[in-house]
Amino acid sequence: MLIDFFLHLKAKKLPVSTREFLTLLEALKEHVASNSIDDFYFLARTCLVKDETHYDKFDQAFGEYFKGVQHVPGLEADIPEEWLKMLMKKHLTPEEKAKLEKLGWDKLMEEFKKRLEEQKERHAGGSKWIGTGGSSPFGHGGYHPEGIRIGGESAGNRTAIKVWENREYRNLDDTVELGTRNIKIALRRLRRFAREGAADELDLDGTITGTARNAGWLDIKMRPERHNKVKVLLFLDIGGSMDDHIKVCEELFSAAKSEFKHLEYFYFHNCIYDYVWKDNRRRHGERFPLWDVMHKYGEDYKVVVVGDATMSPYEILQPGGSVEYSNEEAGAVWLQRMLDTWPRAVWLNPEPERLWDYRHSIELIRSIFNSRMFPLTLAGLERAMRELNK
Amino acid sequence: MRFEGTDTYVATPDLMLAVNAAITLQRPLLIKGEPGTGKTMLAEEVAGALGVPLLQWHIKSTTKAQQGLYEYDAVSRLRDSQLGDEKVKDIANYIVKGVLWQAFEQGKPSVILIDEVDKADIEFPNDLLRELDRMEFHVYETRQTIRAAVRPIVIITSNNEKELPDAFLRRCFFHYIKFPDKETMGRIVDVHFPKLKQNLLREAMEVFFELREIPGMKKKPSTSELLDWLKLLVAEDIPPEALRSKDRKTVVPPLAGALLKNEQDVHLFERLVFMARQNR
Repeated sequence: MLIDFFLHLKAKKLPVSTREFLTLLEALKEHVASNSIDDFYFLARTCLVKDETHYDKFDQAFGEYFKGVQHVPGLEADIPEEWLKMLMKKHLTPEEKAKLEKLGWDKLMEEFKKRLEEQKERHAGGSKWIGTGGSSPFGHGGYHPEGIRIGGESAGNRTAIKVWENREYRNLDDTVELGTRNIKIALRRLRRFAREGAADELDLDGTITGTARNAGWLDIKMRPERHNKVKVLLFLDIGGSMDDHIKVCEELFSAAKSEFKHLEYFYFHNCIYDYVWKDNRRRHGERFPLWDVMHKYGEDYKVVVVGDATMSPYEILQPGGSVEYSNEEAGAVWLQRMLDTWPRAVWLNPEPERLWDYRHSIELIRSIFNSRMFPLTLAGLERAMRELNK
Repeated sequence: MRFEGTDTYVATPDLMLAVNAAITLQRPLLIKGEPGTGKTMLAEEVAGALGVPLLQWHIKSTTKAQQGLYEYDAVSRLRDSQLGDEKVKDIANYIVKGVLWQAFEQGKPSVILIDEVDKADIEFPNDLLRELDRMEFHVYETRQTIRAAVRPIVIITSNNEKELPDAFLRRCFFHYIKFPDKETMGRIVDVHFPKLKQNLLREAMEVFFELREIPGMKKKPSTSELLDWLKLLVAEDIPPEALRSKDRKTVVPPLAGALLKNEQDVHLFERLVFMARQNR
């Protein structure tokens, strides 16, 4: 029962667990909800989804799964309630759906009357009789492209469909890219990243408690001290389509600046070569050789590179491939050198993750970075910070 | 026991269903939502509606899971031992009961509110897993096991400052209180101000929802701010005409200080009003 629904959610990448599914079944058994699809939607959501960032995904998955259940107005028939009680919901594959005979409206009505006359008992499943959960065009809870809905709380049905079809929770999804709207949450995650790290200090309260427990003998307690010791180097790809994203990133990191012990930033264009710069207007006058940067900032710095990594593969692989000047060594060499200097590094990419596979240069940089490339979304940022903290 | 909302609290059907699921299956209910959407109120109203006692546990950054169970007041025992008090011989005299213990020994249903669970340390929810699951715990000092005769209804609120561990989430029902739409908001206001003039309410709601739409607002006004503002409007006897729509864009609404609580937001709003006035 409902196992297909559960697997469907799982396939849609919702983090649902068996335990939660069993809770849902238990709730159904206890009749927490009435038999309307409306209530079922709310109940399933409250049992299975534990984070509002997943509400949107759930709405979509739910909508897809229950698309067959629709209300057809203007048709009333006197059918015993019992037949229509939700017993099971049957999920059909697209092939099966296609196979289902598409009856015309008139024929459907005719068939319906005929079957009403024939049918004497309660019926569930199967594909001919009126009842619940089957793929006959009559009854409810099943699937048929032109089905007629009888009984059930159809009025309520629409309101719930409105919820999941409107996808009201889209804004809460944490896979959308960073913007001013969710920058606060991003900042919070960044702060958490910054606060970790430990040293020892005297725990005065603990010592007093310990001593008291010890009936007066001194018992010194130590505890880890929390302070900011994270040092960050930020490399930002500037110029062209990246500028908006870079602005968001700069704001984000400078807002979190007080949380880091050190935060330094440098600009580059497309790929990192011999030089980086700090002021984009004077980029040709005031340049910093990357060698100097590597010598100045030790390996305890964590490196965050922000860039779309979208360029010609030559710019990464060939000496002289840079679009700006003739570089003696290839971009890949410099990137590798950076990673050798600062082993803890991540690349944040504002391009949507699903496009990465189609761009050769992204693949290249990803492999140089050992897959430590993350999308510039809340979820991506979180993963990146976790990676940096390893 | 079923929760159907109360005279003073408007619950949407999905919220009622979540509460009833938690009551029936006796699992904790985790509530999230924008500030000012009535998360904390919910526990009070559920307790009130069911006629059972409410035990509140407000979480701070220093709160430990153990404090909800019991605390051993070692310092008083040390002091008493110096004074030669007879009490000192029985350690049970120095065990201070926490909120969960108090709820467990009620012997009848009760509601426990664990407010703002995300304020505490990241390990806090994990430390309570077993206690909330089995509704029992062991007191090491006195070697007794405290078990709930009747499982209390547990309502937990979170403001999303920290993510909660998966193991904890799996054991809870979850509900996100979304910001009320105009219709629900109308019902909420009705509950609080039954005699409010219809046209004043309509104008005020328009102003309120328009304010919320302004992009770049640092702190959007929430339900509680709307209610405060209405209270002021009624107290000052502001006529509905003052909120009239034709000059709404060009005049700062009266007593806007109750809605906008951030200096930058006030500036932003005044600038918008100023610009609208120039364009006219």
